[in-house]
Amino acid sequence: MTAYLLRRLLYSAPILLGVNLITFSLFFIVNSPDDMAHKHLGDKRVTTEMVEKWKQDHGYDRPLIYADDRRGIARFSDTLFARHSLRLFLLDFGRADDGRDIGADIRQRMGPSLAIAIPHLLIGLLIYITVSLILTFFRATYIDFIGVFTAVALMSISAMFYIIAGQFLLGKLLHLTPISGYLGGLDGFRFLVTPVLVGLIAGLGSSVRWYRTLFLEEIEKDYIRSARARGLGESGVLFRHLLRNALIPILTGVVVIIPTLFMGSLITESFFSIPGLGSYTIDAIQAQDFAIVRAMVFLGALLYIGGLILTDLSYVLVDPRVRLE
Amino acid sequence: MISGQLALLISDYLIWSLTLIGGATLILGLRNRLQRERWRMILSRPPAMTAFILLLVYLLIALLDSTHFRPLEITQTADPATSPKQFGTTEISLLDLLLNRIRLTDERSYSAPLALHGYSKEQLVTATGNRRDYPRLKYGGAHITDPANRNRDLLTRGSRGFGIALLILLPVFLLYRLIVRASRLSENNPRIAWTAAFATLAGLVIIGAVGDQLAGPYHLLGTDKVGQDVLYLGLKSIRTGMLIGVLTLLVMLPFALILGTAAGYFGGRIDDAVQYLYTTLSSIPGVLLIAAAVLSVNLYLDQNLTEVASLQQRADLRLLLLTAILGLTGWIGLCRLLRAESLKLRELDYVTAARAFGVADVRILIRHLLPNLGHLVLITVVIDFSGLVLAEAVLSYVGVGVDPSMISWGNMINSARLELAREPLVWWSLATAFALMFTLVLCANLFADAVRDALDPRLRGRQ
Repeated sequence: MTAYLLRRLLYSAPILLGVNLITFSLFFIVNSPDDMAHKHLGDKRVTTEMVEKWKQDHGYDRPLIYADDRRGIARFSDTLFARHSLRLFLLDFGRADDGRDIGADIRQRMGPSLAIAIPHLLIGLLIYITVSLILTFFRATYIDFIGVFTAVALMSISAMFYIIAGQFLLGKLLHLTPISGYLGGLDGFRFLVTPVLVGLIAGLGSSVRWYRTLFLEEIEKDYIRSARARGLGESGVLFRHLLRNALIPILTGVVVIIPTLFMGSLITESFFSIPGLGSYTIDAIQAQDFAIVRAMVFLGALLYIGGLILTDLSYVLVDPRVRLE
Repeated sequence: MISGQLALLISDYLIWSLTLIGGATLILGLRNRLQRERWRMILSRPPAMTAFILLLVYLLIALLDSTHFRPLEITQTADPATSPKQFGTTEISLLDLLLNRIRLTDERSYSAPLALHGYSKEQLVTATGNRRDYPRLKYGGAHITDPANRNRDLLTRGSRGFGIALLILLPVFLLYRLIVRASRLSENNPRIAWTAAFATLAGLVIIGAVGDQLAGPYHLLGTDKVGQDVLYLGLKSIRTGMLIGVLTLLVMLPFALILGTAAGYFGGRIDDAVQYLYTTLSSIPGVLLIAAAVLSVNLYLDQNLTEVASLQQRADLRLLLLTAILGLTGWIGLCRLLRAESLKLRELDYVTAARAFGVADVRILIRHLLPNLGHLVLITVVIDFSGLVLAEAVLSYVGVGVDPSMISWGNMINSARLELAREPLVWWSLATAFALMFTLVLCANLFADAVRDALDPRLRGRQ
């Protein structure tokens, strides 16, 4: 088990390096630091000295990958790649264009993202599983047919529609909740209601359809038939046998996204002006602050790989048949 | 007769050739009995039939809008015989030409659907002096002298449209009865859902005819902030949405097919390399990767590409790059599926037999593996298509979508989403964009469901 974990961790190193190479080539080779300098300084009346000065101030005045004029290890360490991409491995995110510390920003903005994402995940699991179990109970009837059709229709609606409609209905028409905003602590509860509710409804269609497929795949298996043969009622079959076994794929599907919950949701946070990591990213994209985008890409990849490893571990926990060698 | 000079954009060529190739493959495929049976199974479900027809209509509109030309502009000189034939500098499409009645009727600003007056009060100069009131629209309902007559006019025009629709539908209905009777006689099973087809067609014709009567003299769906007709914007957006869906698939298919089957069939080093590639790519959050790529490409374009001819060509180039990026980041899901399926297929007896006979690997891949992967590809492609149409709106909101000058649902939503805060409510642009997008995505999803049920052998006989 430990050996397996170690191997997985080692295997993730080349993947993270690959991620870094991709972002590096996107941000430094497609756009040379000169292009960046021009963009920030504006197009008119920019002298070469100004560009050089900007590059020096922001630490971009170095060769890309290989420094010819340095000696020894500095040939590789005193380059843009080492200074801007590799140090992400040490979770040193550097500074944004406006000089703020990205690492501190990320730590501070994680909370609001989680305040939306965790209730969404937990309540969502409960609702989605219940609804899809009900549909499974009524399988091959009109209730199931209508349910599946509704699910397909719900998942065909743009996520932005749910957000706009939710804000309008709850916030403007019924005056139940604030339209947008965020407040820490218990007082902030009312700010979370609409985003979480909207997220739940937006995810309903695809999740219910997915869970229903899982349940239907499980219901064809032999142990279900033998449970019925022993005279077990339909609800007993569904809850005691089907649900428990279907929880294995459901749980592992959930575990993989748990780490990425930190990243928040881009459009939800932006529409509801929640100061989380999602809106942080979107602001950075719109302001073309590449340092932040680079940091968020790396963080996202790191969390995703963490999620994959957690998934493997959770298999061992919930399914006694699986052993990690 | 309006003449002009054909001026196709790059994306026009791509979507036309794709449609022609796709259509030809489909028709040639129908000569195969098995293929015919499969299509019959798909089209025997009423929802799938309706979805199929609506998808065809969307495709038709997109194709009409993808036939750009420069209209002939006659410059008046003293002698008509020597007046030079001049082609306009901006390209318009066949759809633009058809929609001239609502394309060239810009108002000053917002107006509600079917309204006679503008949305906000203005200072009006009249014979009796200045007053603040809602101004009459320049085009919307301009033929009506007394505003009180509007509803009666709407009713007359509406019922005239309905009557025209009925006239069109009468022969269609007779044809439908004939087809149904013929299909009862034949032994083909299951029967194609002709009733659903006729109902969909009838609905489309009625909406089309009534809309045609009302859309010219009025702004059927209102106007937006700068006074453009919302119906026109919504219809123009169809091309953008379809292009993003279709062209992205064109980019991602070769990657997914080649890498997926090679990884599954050959295994070993190739498999390791492909797996490394897609794990790396998929570990980057999707929107972020797209955003990063689009930002870089746009910055590059801004710095290095200043001499591109027209605004439209520039927007077209950005659209193509966007689809390339979406395709390069979107092939992973299908690739995984194809790899897993090829792993299974290569162990099967007929593949082993082919190998024992000394058939070359490439030939085995093409002749024995690919035909058995067709259903996976088709199902994934239709599902991905609907995801891409939805993604366009989100990407445009984030600021990394299509060119802001391009008409798209994403840009419509983006510019209209703050209008809900106005009093009275401006809902029509949002509603139009969402409704058209919803219809397209729902149709794709329903069609994908039917394709899956008909083609996935594992699901046979389950329902």
